[in-house]
Amino acid sequence: MTDELTTIPVDGSATAHPLPLAATNIRVSPPPTPSATARRTERTIGLLALVGTAATVWLGLWVTPPDKVQGDLVRLVYIHPGVAWVALYLAFGLAAVSSLLYLWPRTRALFWDRLAAAAVEVGVVFNICTLVSGSIWGKPTWGVWWAWDARLTSTAVLLVLFLGYLALRRVPAEPEVRARRSAFVALFAAVDIPIIHFSVDWWNTLHQGATVLNANLSPTIHGSMAWTLLLGFVALTLVFVWMLLVRYRIGALEDWLAANELDLALVERQAEGVGVGASGVVAAPPGPSDDSPTDRVGVA
Amino acid sequence: MWRDAALVAGKDLRIEGRSRVALSQVAPFGIVALVLFAFALGPDRQTMAKGAPGLFWVAVLFCTVLAIQRSVSVESSDGASDGLRLSGIDPAGLYLGKAVAVAAQLVVLEALLGVGVVLLYGAHIEVPWMIVVSCVLGTIGLAATGTLYGALSSGLRVRETLLPFLLLPIAAPVLLAGTRIWQAAMAGGTPSDGTQWLRLLVVFDAVYLAIGVVLFGPIQETA
Repeated sequence: MTDELTTIPVDGSATAHPLPLAATNIRVSPPPTPSATARRTERTIGLLALVGTAATVWLGLWVTPPDKVQGDLVRLVYIHPGVAWVALYLAFGLAAVSSLLYLWPRTRALFWDRLAAAAVEVGVVFNICTLVSGSIWGKPTWGVWWAWDARLTSTAVLLVLFLGYLALRRVPAEPEVRARRSAFVALFAAVDIPIIHFSVDWWNTLHQGATVLNANLSPTIHGSMAWTLLLGFVALTLVFVWMLLVRYRIGALEDWLAANELDLALVERQAEGVGVGASGVVAAPPGPSDDSPTDRVGVA
Repeated sequence: MWRDAALVAGKDLRIEGRSRVALSQVAPFGIVALVLFAFALGPDRQTMAKGAPGLFWVAVLFCTVLAIQRSVSVESSDGASDGLRLSGIDPAGLYLGKAVAVAAQLVVLEALLGVGVVLLYGAHIEVPWMIVVSCVLGTIGLAATGTLYGALSSGLRVRETLLPFLLLPIAAPVLLAGTRIWQAAMAGGTPSDGTQWLRLLVVFDAVYLAIGVVLFGPIQETA
C-alpha cells in the first residue's frame, strides 16, 4: 500500500514525458455558461415540476375516490394521458417544428437543432413511459399487456421512428451536417405520422376515445378527479420543460467539448509537462484499493 | 427534369443489366425469405394462404432495403456521386431517375415473389387487377422513400445497419395498405374494400415523391 503512495523521483524513464509539444498559446474558448436568469428559470421550473408531481401523486393516490367500474386502477388516468400528451404532441411536435425551422434558411441556427434533439430524447423517454403505463393499465382491464390496437401501434411506430432519429444523431459528423441530416429525418418522420395514424386506425381500433381533449372539449369526468387530471397534465408538462432545458444545456456543452476536445487535451498535457519541470517529482496515482486518509497523512 | 430522370434511370438499369446484382442476389434472397416464412408458419397450407399477403409484403420490404443499398453503393465508389452533381443533372431528375430504376427492379422482384406466393402458399387471387394496382402503388411508395433515405445515409459508414432501421418504420403504411388490398383481392370482396387503402397509398406516394423532388438537392449537399 505505502509503496504506491510514495513520490517517485523523475529519472530518465520518466523524463520521456516532457513534451515535444512547443509551448504554443493554445486558447480554449470557455464552455458555454447559461446566464443567471436562465439558471434561475431552470431551477424554478424544476422546483414547480417537483411540487406539481408530488401534489399529483398525493391527490391521485389518497384524495381522489376510486372509480365505480375500475376501482383503484382508475388512478392511472392521472399519469397515463398526461405522459402520452407530452410524448406524442408536445415533444414530437416541438421536434418537428424546430427541425423545420432549422431547414428553413432564414431561421437556420444550431439552436433549433439542439432543441429538436433535446425534444426527441425527452420525448422518447415519455413515449416509453406511455407504453409502460399503458401496459400496466391494459393487463387488468383488457386482460393483455399489449393489444394491437390502433393507438398503441402508432405510438410504438412513433417510438421506433424517433429511436432511428437518435441513432442517426449518434453517428459522428460535423455539427452542421448532423443537424441537416437529423432535421430531414425528423421531417420525413413527421410527415409520415398522420399517414401512419390513419392506416393503423383503419387497421384496428379498440382504445377508449379521448376523455379530456374530445371534440367539444367538455371533460367527461368530474370533480376532484378532473382537477387532479388537469394538475397531472400541468405537472408533466413542467417536467418535460425542465428536462428539455437541462438536456439543451448538456447538448450545448457536448458540442463545445466535441469542438475543443483536442485543444483541451493539449493544454492539459502541457500543464503536466510544466508540473514535471517545476517540482521534479510526480505523485504516483493512488492504487485501486484506497486506504484510509490517516494512512496517507502518515506517508506524507 | 424528365430527360435527366430517364438518363439516370437508364444508367442504373444498364449497370444492373451488366452486374445482375438484383437478379442474382436480391431475388434469390426474396425466395429464401418466402421459404423461411413457410418454415416458421408450419406446413399447414391454410395458415400460409391466410398469411400470404403479409408475408409477400414483408419480403418485398426486405428486398427494398437491399435494392436501395445497391442503388446507393453504385454511386459511392469512384466519386460517382460527385460526377453526377458536376454533370449538371437536375437533382429532381436524379431523384426520379434513381427511384424509377429501383421501382423497375422491385416490380420484377414482386412478379417473382407473387408467383412464389401463389405456388408455395397456395394463395388464391380473385381480383387480379387489385393486386397489380397495389403492387404498382406500393412500389412507387417504397422506391420514393427508399431513394430519399438512401441519399441521406449515403455518406455514412454505418449505412448498412442504419438504413433498414430508418426506412422500414417509415414504410409501415405501405405494408399495411398492401396487405389489406391483397386480403381484399384474395377474399374476392368488392373493390370498395380496398379503395380506401389504395387512396392511402396514393397519398403516401404523392407526399414522398413531392418531398424528394423538392428536397433532393439539399439532401445531396448533406451527404
